[in-house]
Amino acid sequence: MTSAQDSAPPAIQITGLNKWYGLLQVLHDVNLTVTQGERLVICGPSGSGKSTLIRTVNALEGFQSGEIKVAGLRLTREPAVVEEIRRRVGMVFQQFNLFPHLTVLENCALPLRLVRGLSAAEARDRTMHYLSKVRIPEQAAKYPAQLSGGQQQRVAIARAVAMQPEVMLFDEPTSALDPEMVKEVLDVMVALADEGMTMAVVTHEMGFARQVADRVIFMDAGRIVEQGPPTTFFTAPRSDRTKAFLRQVLH
Amino acid sequence: MWLPSYATPSERLSRILVVAFAVAVMLFLIAPLFIIVPLSFSKDPFFTLPVREYSLRWYEDLFGNPRWFEAMINSAVAAVLTTILATTLGTLAALGIARPDFPYRRAIMALLISPMIVPIVIVAVGSYLFFGEFGLTNTRAGLVLAHTALATPFVVITVTATLSTYDTNLTRAANSLGASGLSAFFRVTLPNILPGVISGAIFAFATSFDEVVVALFLTAAEQRTLPVQMFSGIRDQINPTIMAAATMLLILSILLFAALALLTRKKAR
Ligand SMILES: Nc1ncnc2c1ncn2[C@@H]1O[C@H](COP(=O)(O)OP(=O)(O)OP(=O)(O)O)[C@@H](O)[C@H]1O
Ligand SMILES: [Mg+2]
Repeated sequence: MTSAQDSAPPAIQITGLNKWYGLLQVLHDVNLTVTQGERLVICGPSGSGKSTLIRTVNALEGFQSGEIKVAGLRLTREPAVVEEIRRRVGMVFQQFNLFPHLTVLENCALPLRLVRGLSAAEARDRTMHYLSKVRIPEQAAKYPAQLSGGQQQRVAIARAVAMQPEVMLFDEPTSALDPEMVKEVLDVMVALADEGMTMAVVTHEMGFARQVADRVIFMDAGRIVEQGPPTTFFTAPRSDRTKAFLRQVLH
Repeated sequence: MWLPSYATPSERLSRILVVAFAVAVMLFLIAPLFIIVPLSFSKDPFFTLPVREYSLRWYEDLFGNPRWFEAMINSAVAAVLTTILATTLGTLAALGIARPDFPYRRAIMALLISPMIVPIVIVAVGSYLFFGEFGLTNTRAGLVLAHTALATPFVVITVTATLSTYDTNLTRAANSLGASGLSAFFRVTLPNILPGVISGAIFAFATSFDEVVVALFLTAAEQRTLPVQMFSGIRDQINPTIMAAATMLLILSILLFAALALLTRKKAR
C-alpha cells in the first residue's frame, strides 16, 4: 500500500489456486495478494468457497494446483514448511473451537509451551496479557463451557494472537453468536486492526467491513468476482451477483 | 405396583405378571452366585448347602497352591498385555474408520467386529490350526494375540461411539495453533475420547481374563490361565477351590463394572 512496505514480501500471495473436492471444483484460479498490515474482508454466499480459501492458507486444506506464499515462504507439503507457515498464521473459527478439557488459561498457555517453547511461567504471563486485551482476564480459571459464546470467541482470539502470528485469519467469527454478543467480539477485532495486525476476515458484518477493511472481496462459486475498497464496493458494485448479495446482507 | 389409581384390573394383572417375570429372570441370573459365594467359605470338601462350618481354606489353597496362583498370574499377565494391544489397535482402527474419506468403511468395520459374532469354538480351532503353523500354540504370545482379536471389537465399538461426539474442528484448531498430528492427538483428541478408550480397555481386560475356550486350545500347563485351571479342576476332581476362584472372578467383574459405571456417570456430568 505504502512505499515503505514495497520491499517487504506480501503477507499472503495466492496465485492461480485451484481446488477440487472429488469432482467438485471449489476454487477456480484464485489470485489474491494481501499486503502487510492490510485488512481484508471476504464475503460471498454460502458454499462459495470462503472457508476453503482461507483454510488453504495455513494448510488446513490442501489444493491441487497454484501457489501460496506467506510472507515470502512458499507453502509445500513439507512438515517443516507447514509448521513455519502455521507459526506465521493465526486462525479464529466460527465455532470458537476452544479445547473443552482445558481451562481458558490452559487453552492459551498449552500451545505457547508446546509450540513456542515458553516456560510455564512465561506462558501464563503472556496468556494473562492477551486475556486482558480481550477483557476477560478474570475468567482464566474457568472452562469454556462456563463462558458465553462471546466470551469464548474472545478467548479464541486471545489464544491465536498470543502466538504472535504475522497474519490473522477469521472464518465468520461472529456468525455463531447471539446478536447481543456480536459487538464485544467485533470491538476486540477492531482493536486488533488498530494495532496494525494483518487480517483476512470472512464475515457478513458489513458495518465491520466499512469501519475496518482496506479492501472487500466478493466470492461466488469458487471465484473472486469483485473487489475494491469498501466505499466503492458498497456504493457502486459492478456485478449483478454482488448487487444481489449486498441486497440480502444489508437488509 | 407403580400404577395410577385409574388402572383397569387387566392392566394391573399384566403389570403383576411383568414384574413377576422380571424378578424370575433376575433370580435365574443371580441364583448361581448365591450358591457359589457361600460354598467358597465352606469348610467341607463336598458341596453341601447350607454351609455347616465356615473357613478360608479354599482361599488359602487358591493363593498358596502354585498351580492356582500361577494360573492367576498367567491370567493377569495375558489380560494386561491383551488390554494394551487391543486398546491401542482398536483406538487406531476407530480413528481411521471415523475419517470421512475412509474407503470401504462398512466392510472393514464388519470384519473388525466379526470375532464378536463368530462362535468362539470356531475362533479357537481356527487360531489353533493357524497359529500352529507359526509355532504360536502353547505360547503366551499366541494366547495374547488370539485374545487381542477377541477384545479389539469392544474397543473399536466404544471408541467409535465417543468419536461420533468428538468435534474434529478441535483437531483443526490444534493444527492451526501449530500442533503436529501426534501432539494434536495426545493433547486434544485423546483427552476428549478418553471415556470411550477406558471403557474399551475395561471390556478388553474382562474379555481376556474370563476367556476359557481359546485358552484351552492355545495353552499348555505353563501358560494355563485361571479359567482353564477352573475348567480342569471341574473335570478331574471337583475341587472347592474353584468356588474361591469363581468368587474372586466375580469380585473382579463387579469392580470393573463399578469402574465403568463411575466413568459413564462422570461423562454424563
Ligand atoms: N470436506 C468437504 N468435502 C466435500 N465438499 C466440501 C467439503 N468442504 C466443503 N465442501 C464444499 O466446498 C464448497 C465450498 O465450501 P466452503 O465451506 O468453503 O464455503 P463457504 O463459502 O465457507 O460457505 P459458508 O458461508 O456456508 O461457510 C461447498 O460447495 C461445500 O459443499
Ligand atoms: Mg464457511
